[in-house]
Amino acid sequence: MSFTDWITDARNVVFLVIALVMVGAAVVVVATRNVVHAALTLVVALAGSAALFVMLGAEFVAWTVVLVYIGAVVVLFLFGIMITRAPIGRDSVRLDHVRRWPAALIAASVFGVMAWSTTAAFGGEEISDGVLKAENIGDLLFSRYVIPFEAVSFVLLAALVGGIVLARKDPDR
Amino acid sequence: MTGFVERVFDNVWLAALVKVVAVFALLLVVVILLVWIERKLVADMQNRLGPMRAGPFGVLQTLADGLKLLLKESVIPRKAELGVYMAAPIMALIPAFLIFLVIPIGEPVTVGGTTITLQGMDLNVGVLYLLAMSSLAVYAIVFAGWASGSKYPLLGGVRATAQMISYEAAMGLALVPVVLFASHRLGGEVPLIGTMSLSQIVELQQGAFRGFVPGWFVFWLAPSFIIFMIAAVAEANRAPFDLVEAETELVGGFHTEYSGFRFALFFLAEYLNMFNLSAIAVTLFFGGWLGPTWPEVLPGWISALLPIVWFLAKTFVLLFVFIWLRATLPRLRYDQLMNLGWKRLIPASLAWLVLFTVVTAWRAWGAPWSS
Repeated sequence: MSFTDWITDARNVVFLVIALVMVGAAVVVVATRNVVHAALTLVVALAGSAALFVMLGAEFVAWTVVLVYIGAVVVLFLFGIMITRAPIGRDSVRLDHVRRWPAALIAASVFGVMAWSTTAAFGGEEISDGVLKAENIGDLLFSRYVIPFEAVSFVLLAALVGGIVLARKDPDR
Repeated sequence: MTGFVERVFDNVWLAALVKVVAVFALLLVVVILLVWIERKLVADMQNRLGPMRAGPFGVLQTLADGLKLLLKESVIPRKAELGVYMAAPIMALIPAFLIFLVIPIGEPVTVGGTTITLQGMDLNVGVLYLLAMSSLAVYAIVFAGWASGSKYPLLGGVRATAQMISYEAAMGLALVPVVLFASHRLGGEVPLIGTMSLSQIVELQQGAFRGFVPGWFVFWLAPSFIIFMIAAVAEANRAPFDLVEAETELVGGFHTEYSGFRFALFFLAEYLNMFNLSAIAVTLFFGGWLGPTWPEVLPGWISALLPIVWFLAKTFVLLFVFIWLRATLPRLRYDQLMNLGWKRLIPASLAWLVLFTVVTAWRAWGAPWSS
């Protein structure tokens, strides 16, 4: 399929716009000098991924992304930024790292592996019936994927206990 | 006329446009009324008159105030972070308008051959959408506080994040029994049939039990409703949970540095959120638009309009509760707020969820040792 064929489909145009906005926002997240701007553009990138799920018809996953990532995770990032230092204008601390080039290389290779494995696994074949409804997702989570699901919840429990241990006051002192 | 309406609503895009404009207009009118009602009620409770001059009983006072704010000079602090500062009031309005789109405000109306649902869109994950959208409201407050470049707004923003994150958890947990109960009603003993669609949840509350008591979910899920209402007051940043804009401590909280029309937008968003939360409570617990319409006694167009009247009447009863709380209760201290959220509401909603699930499963499938 040539690019002109591809671009005449309205869905592909929407996809292209969302994907470009997401990539742009993701670059700003790591490139900006202001940590609050980084959080704001991270919201844009995550909203883009929710929009892609809506395009696939997976509304449940899309709104879960909005609820969990945009509504809770990034808000907690912001909370952390606000109670430690809330830079206005240019940040006094440089948001940079000496190993930025190895990090970029790893990011690029992760992208390469993911893109290659996805295209190699599905090729051009159309997936007719996705896991769209909340019903299907619940069904799969508690039958085929029950062991990974339980493992993830165990890891989360461990993280929760760890958080409480770190945060509580030592009773001896 | 009928043909024209039919043609408009047959076209998906035109129908969506008409509905969005209608929702926008409805929300603006409701807010204008709500601000006036609040001022009148609080004045009554404090033995004052409240607004009296603009229009009959001062009903046009909100319009006059809005016009005044529109024409006022907008002062922008020199240290403000301009882009985010300008965007924050708009960020406050967007989720407030979006939430209302999924709430059914009336019975589906049939004009000619087309059925018009009185709902912006009927998502099959409606309840999740409500939670997702209400979790976005905090951004406007945080960014307004941060971008003002001044200390009191920043403190207001920090308080807002902690408060809204805490009470969102309680609110989400309080709504799980609603989804469970709706699915139980819908599927009966068949597992794996459930619903999170708001129009379906309203329809499941039809009918009556013991002769005259309507089948609203609140009679089964009263603890959920109470937890939801407390969390809703905190989410809307209303007294007694208005620490975000506590004027005795923080000047004006997150909107201290906003003036003129940008301040009006924050004000509008606060009242929209209050109305939205009441409308959500009515939809989930008080049967939404359900109510007697007497189609055989009244002319057709009146009984077609009555569901909307019922919906608005129920919503305004809950809004009265919001205003009543504001006029009655003193503001909580910050540590009391956090204690109530994390040590009372969240454990209470978890305990209620477990209790409700066990009892429902027991009634549907019998005791665990019986089979």
